Amino acid sequence: MLLNGSQIFVEVLCEQGVDTIFGYPGGAVLNLYDELYKNSDRITHILTAHEQGASHAADGYARATGRTGVVLATSGPGATNLVTGIATAYMDSIPMVAFTGNVGTSLLGRDSFQEAYIEGITMPITKHNFTVRRVEDLADTMRAAFRIAQSGRKGPVLVDIPKDVTANKCEFTHQQPEQIRTVTTFDEERVAQAAEIINGAQRPLIYFGGGVRSAASCQPLRDLVHKAGIPATYTLMAAGVVPYGDPLNLGMIGMHGCYTANRAVNEADVVIAIGTRFSDRVALKPSTFAKKATIIQIDIDPSEIGKNVDIDLSIVGDAAYILRAMLPMIEPAQHDEWMALIHDWQSHDYHPKSDPSRLMPHQVIGEVCSQCGPEAVYVTDVGQHQMWAAQYLRHAKSRGFITSGGLGTMGFGYGAAIGAQMALGRDQRVVMFTGDGSFHMNLNEACTAVSYELPIITVIFNNQVLGMVRQWQTSFYGKRYSQTDPHRKTDYVKLAEGFGLKGYHCETLAEFQAAFAEALTRKGPTWIECVIDKDEKVLPMIPAGGDINDIIMD
Amino acid sequence: MQQTVQRKVVSLLVDNQSGVLARVSSLFCRRGFNIDSLTVSATNDPTVSRITITVLANNERELEQLLLQTERLEVTRQVFVLDEAKTLQRELLLLKVAATVANRAELREIASIYKAKIIDLSPDSMVFELTGKPQKIDAFLLMFEGYTILEQCRTGVTALERGGMHQHMQKPAQEIRAAQLPLPGTCCPR
Repeated sequence: MLLNGSQIFVEVLCEQGVDTIFGYPGGAVLNLYDELYKNSDRITHILTAHEQGASHAADGYARATGRTGVVLATSGPGATNLVTGIATAYMDSIPMVAFTGNVGTSLLGRDSFQEAYIEGITMPITKHNFTVRRVEDLADTMRAAFRIAQSGRKGPVLVDIPKDVTANKCEFTHQQPEQIRTVTTFDEERVAQAAEIINGAQRPLIYFGGGVRSAASCQPLRDLVHKAGIPATYTLMAAGVVPYGDPLNLGMIGMHGCYTANRAVNEADVVIAIGTRFSDRVALKPSTFAKKATIIQIDIDPSEIGKNVDIDLSIVGDAAYILRAMLPMIEPAQHDEWMALIHDWQSHDYHPKSDPSRLMPHQVIGEVCSQCGPEAVYVTDVGQHQMWAAQYLRHAKSRGFITSGGLGTMGFGYGAAIGAQMALGRDQRVVMFTGDGSFHMNLNEACTAVSYELPIITVIFNNQVLGMVRQWQTSFYGKRYSQTDPHRKTDYVKLAEGFGLKGYHCETLAEFQAAFAEALTRKGPTWIECVIDKDEKVLPMIPAGGDINDIIMD
Repeated sequence: MQQTVQRKVVSLLVDNQSGVLARVSSLFCRRGFNIDSLTVSATNDPTVSRITITVLANNERELEQLLLQTERLEVTRQVFVLDEAKTLQRELLLLKVAATVANRAELREIASIYKAKIIDLSPDSMVFELTGKPQKIDAFLLMFEGYTILEQCRTGVTALERGGMHQHMQKPAQEIRAAQLPLPGTCCPR
């Protein structure tokens, strides 16, 4: 049938099973928005306050479900406002397709009004990107974009569509979505070698990351942990994959990870790294990381193999397939001596002291968990609160912790929470943790949550300062607090009222308990300001470039 | 880890479309590799281009990692470091030298020893054309130290491996890649 570009755009989205997109209209995408208007029964469009919020929402949608998030923005500033969101998704390998309008093909490259060369701008932060110059190429380009976003190591793809392409017509035929390129093959011999090494290990440790979630290999991973009796530690990107109460779960590793986990990786004789990239926030000192261990690395992306740390055995492929193949070769085991060492270290793990006279982060987070139950989904911004959330949250969903790990994007949270809430429905409890610094970056998205009646509860840790940077200034810069004390006078209760939502101000745990309980009963969004001490630190901490011997515990 | 500077010739087979060179070269830029020379042309398959890049690598491991990241691009079909011993490398030089009636004869002699062609003779200059291995061109240029070079243009290295068919038009199977660009941890220590 003969369709114009905008009709093709909607048809291909539907073909790909997209029912929700996030975006913001503008001149270059008027034709697309006109078609979305006519198809509002097929595609729900969520209008955000800012394109950055829309990009984080698409990202949050993808993180919450594993499905591809879709964002649409206009040319020029609309497109450039997506950049941070796309880079965030890229660093955490999140499947996302970003569509941008552009000026007409005859105006491209002439510094036309609201023109930006977004293909060039996003080249290093996308898996791939396209400019569609002919309407005849639109459908197949969009299909390729969705395929690429979900294939292999997942990631964002951008499709730039000049305005005339959205108006021009061509023949269109429906197609089934293209087969996602799943990596089903791997070197079986090496899997056998790995199993042999694991079976012979005295002090084995599993260290896994976000790739385990992407590969849908959470269950085989848990099976491996239990069958081989191997303690496991995870990166920020994989919190919640192994249940919290599990005695083999050592907690998070890295700069703000547990003492035990960081110590264990130092002492292990075999480390099995799964879907993780030995980042500089985990392998803080690559030359000593897991130095005593034979390191087995499983990753879908060959360019991650041995990138930061020398490894001994690599298996390239999808972790789900590899682990399932490996499991039958694994001999059931218990490592009593090793576990005894670990239990001993665990007695040295950092536990914050509670103080009922003050509001403390771990008390607030504990209270949220007990009121929400294990099925809640938590979203964070970036900074101290993010680390506290990672340390103290106890949730049961493997996709229940949504955070910007690789890029560390302050202002990520609100948009991501909107995306997660839209993906999971209004009956799903979504709680966002933020700090006063991150919150001020994108709090404008509160209006979006109000418009769509999304019951997102935002817990704001207000320490009046930019806490994480300030903590570094305290520890490493002689308490010279350069630009980390903004002297803001924001009244969060009045600000909430202005946005049309309910805000609470809490200074004690009792006040917080009551406010949170009330927030749970409300239909729309709420936020709760928790006043905390500005000298509250994230502990433990291993300084950048240090190792377990440099750990700061108080 | 190797720390001596080594010249490496990398051959890439990529999709023949606009923007591919930008994608590839921006990766080299990100890792701080200075491209010594670069040539691009379509191959016998018009949908495929070959990019030949020579880089000076002072860290072999970093180069390998960069090549794996290059391989990861959607537009990349295959990447391989050419084996110096098995590779034919050629480069073309155009060299414009100030020449007067007085020194024409000696310049002609240099050209004839190196089998360079004189492709332009003007009242005050000559242009030489020379094809050969990069080392031969370097040596030829050394001969002009006492003369005035007005302009110089080298094409950069184009290279093919000897014998057989060495052209894989798809993303490589793991075993092919393992042979050409072995990943760390491919042989077990125990």
